[in-house]
Amino acid sequence: MVMYMLIIENLKVKVEDKDILKRVNLKVGDGELHVIMGPNGSGKSTLALTIAGHPKYNIVEGRMIFEGEDITSLKPEERAKRGIFISFQHPVEIEGVKILLFLQRVLKNLKGIDEVKAYELIFGAIKELGIDESMLQRQLNVGFSGGERKKLEMLQAYLVKPKLLILDEPDSGVDVDSLKVIAGIINRLHKKGTSILLITHYGRILEYLKPQVVHVIKEGKLVASGGIELVNLIEERGFSALEEVVS
Amino acid sequence: MTTKLEDILKAGSLEEILGTALPYPKEIELKGKITKDVVKELSKIKNEPEWMLRHRLKSLELFEKLPMPRWIVGIEELDLENLVLYSKPEVGEVRGWDDLPESIRRIYERLSIPEIEKKFLSGLTAVFDSESVYSNLKREFEEKGIIMLPMEEAVRKYPDLVKKYFGKIFPAGEHKFSALHHALWSGGVFVYVPKNVKITFPIEAFFVIGSAMEGQFEHTLLVADENSYIHFIEGCSAPMYKGFSFHDGMVEIYAHKNAIVKFTTIQNWSRNVINFNNKRAIVEENAYVEWIEGSIGSKITYTYPSSVLKGEGARTTQYVVSLSNGPYLKDTGAKTFHLAPNTSSKIVSKSISANGGINIYRGLVRVIKGAKNSTSTVSCDSLILDEKSKAYTYPHNQSDEPSANLIHEATTGKLSQDKLFYLSSRGIREEEAKSLIVLGFISEILEGLPFEYVEVLKRVIELEFSEVGGVG
Ligand SMILES: Nc1ncnc2c1ncn2[C@@H]1O[C@H](COP(=O)(O)OP(=O)(O)O)[C@@H](O)[C@H]1O
Ligand SMILES: [Mg+2]
Repeated sequence: MVMYMLIIENLKVKVEDKDILKRVNLKVGDGELHVIMGPNGSGKSTLALTIAGHPKYNIVEGRMIFEGEDITSLKPEERAKRGIFISFQHPVEIEGVKILLFLQRVLKNLKGIDEVKAYELIFGAIKELGIDESMLQRQLNVGFSGGERKKLEMLQAYLVKPKLLILDEPDSGVDVDSLKVIAGIINRLHKKGTSILLITHYGRILEYLKPQVVHVIKEGKLVASGGIELVNLIEERGFSALEEVVS
Repeated sequence: MTTKLEDILKAGSLEEILGTALPYPKEIELKGKITKDVVKELSKIKNEPEWMLRHRLKSLELFEKLPMPRWIVGIEELDLENLVLYSKPEVGEVRGWDDLPESIRRIYERLSIPEIEKKFLSGLTAVFDSESVYSNLKREFEEKGIIMLPMEEAVRKYPDLVKKYFGKIFPAGEHKFSALHHALWSGGVFVYVPKNVKITFPIEAFFVIGSAMEGQFEHTLLVADENSYIHFIEGCSAPMYKGFSFHDGMVEIYAHKNAIVKFTTIQNWSRNVINFNNKRAIVEENAYVEWIEGSIGSKITYTYPSSVLKGEGARTTQYVVSLSNGPYLKDTGAKTFHLAPNTSSKIVSKSISANGGINIYRGLVRVIKGAKNSTSTVSCDSLILDEKSKAYTYPHNQSDEPSANLIHEATTGKLSQDKLFYLSSRGIREEEAKSLIVLGFISEILEGLPFEYVEVLKRVIELEFSEVGGVG
């Protein structure tokens, strides 16, 4: 029997009385890398944020099982503590909160690592990933470019080493060099056993990764699942090509 | 053995630290209608010179004449005629903390005041109700000619020095409550720093109002002679009781040529106190006055530290931090008067409103004609943590000098659901997220405080937003 990291069953999600996700089913095996592709507005971020527990997204039906446990009604911080980490498509600016202090808190809360040890880990990770040290003294995402934000998300993921990493468009708005750095971090985490759900709009990043499964989402439904060949199909002929695959 | 400071850091709430008010022996109480006889009686108890009695009586006349300021709210809760106007706790001669009655000493000990004194202060005065119950300046500073005495004692011992400044910086006739203050003032501290003397460690005054329905009218006068330096810290606290108490204190500062004065207030009254402050500094040539006005507690607070930049090149910075967490009001701000050329001022106001709290900023920057090349920057940042809470900003700039440069900026930040979600997705719960954001918001101001105070303040703010704390 395959051990599943995450099982999503029949998930129906509403935002402000609007149906967004319509019966989504998904299984991510332990240590697998899954890709979700789909056009703008198809519900990719909704899926990611629902798994992470954003209060704005109302689950009207279905459930989510993480490592055998139903997490559907758990608070976001509880999900995070169990090993779910989301890298946001649009990380928010939080004024006044210095990144170093923030990262220390994150490591303390999620991993029980004390400040001193956290400090070492953070500086070690920064060197290893080639991130500019001065970033640590800045405020959380304040005045950050899109690329900087994505890198900070990846730094956090790298420090936390979650069991399940949800990446919401880590490749949008970043230049080629940053894209390589980001893909490198994803690969390292994947090698260390992290299960990954990667959302991407462009597929550019897939040149550097080897996903096991590719899903396609349209209008709130998973309309196709398959191998990397789906990516090539979409690249060549666009999302409309899937009409033929599905029918 | 754990120290008192650690107790504070570990305690669940301010109530846990201070508890509810306990009875303590009082020697004298004056209450009822504010009349000439009451004022005379007060003056007699204090064994004051004639000139001070005259000053009080003149102030009383002004109090009777002056109208109630229109901008005051919440005073209706307060029956001035029913307040204890003067309360002298029963305290014998005090040489050290051990000489204080247990019930009073315990309050200071629970706030770790004696420990802080030992470790990082040059001197300390403790005011309980209407009297200074403890006052001690470390010997090395006494030897340098620094004077630090309870205000009453200074009136008797240094009449000429006191007379020169008392009520000259913040006159009685300014408004109804300054007049009331001058008529009834009691307790407080007088500090004089001689020419060229720099006090390395702060001097602190700590104020406690021990029971309900009391008025506290302490007067602090701080004179920094030419080229001197002093950092004065003022702390305020009160246990919980039923009914209200009224605080109408005053601080007068005179910074002579080239002097540097830092004046820090950390006000954490219990939510029974209606807090009214009158604070003003006169700043001479090339002198510098820095106010840090931190208001955490009280039901209602009115405080607007003011700097009068009188000499050429005089400078001031006014940091105003106000937290209204719960159904409370902070009406705070800063006032600066540029009266000479090349003067400069910086006002930084940071307000935090949460759980239905209201903050109002009122500021005034006035540049008179001839105050050439003066500059002023004002920035008002409001942080609103939820939908129920509010912040208002009423800055007022008035310049008659064309070469002056005034800048004003205001921002309002709201704690959105998305910000909270971002932090919670990183394992940071709502309460922790709020204190993190609040501490970050005021970090610029915390950086200017001694480490020990920063630690205590951080803890106080964490308590405010923890489930157990947050006096509601
Ligand atoms: N917070 C929200 N408030 C209102 N509508 C939302 C919100 N989030 C998503 N939606 C709506 O849900 C649909 C799917 O959005 P989203 O999940 O962000 O798509 P994607 O990430 O695939 O571009 C869109 O129609 C969008 O307008
Ligand atoms: Mg999206």
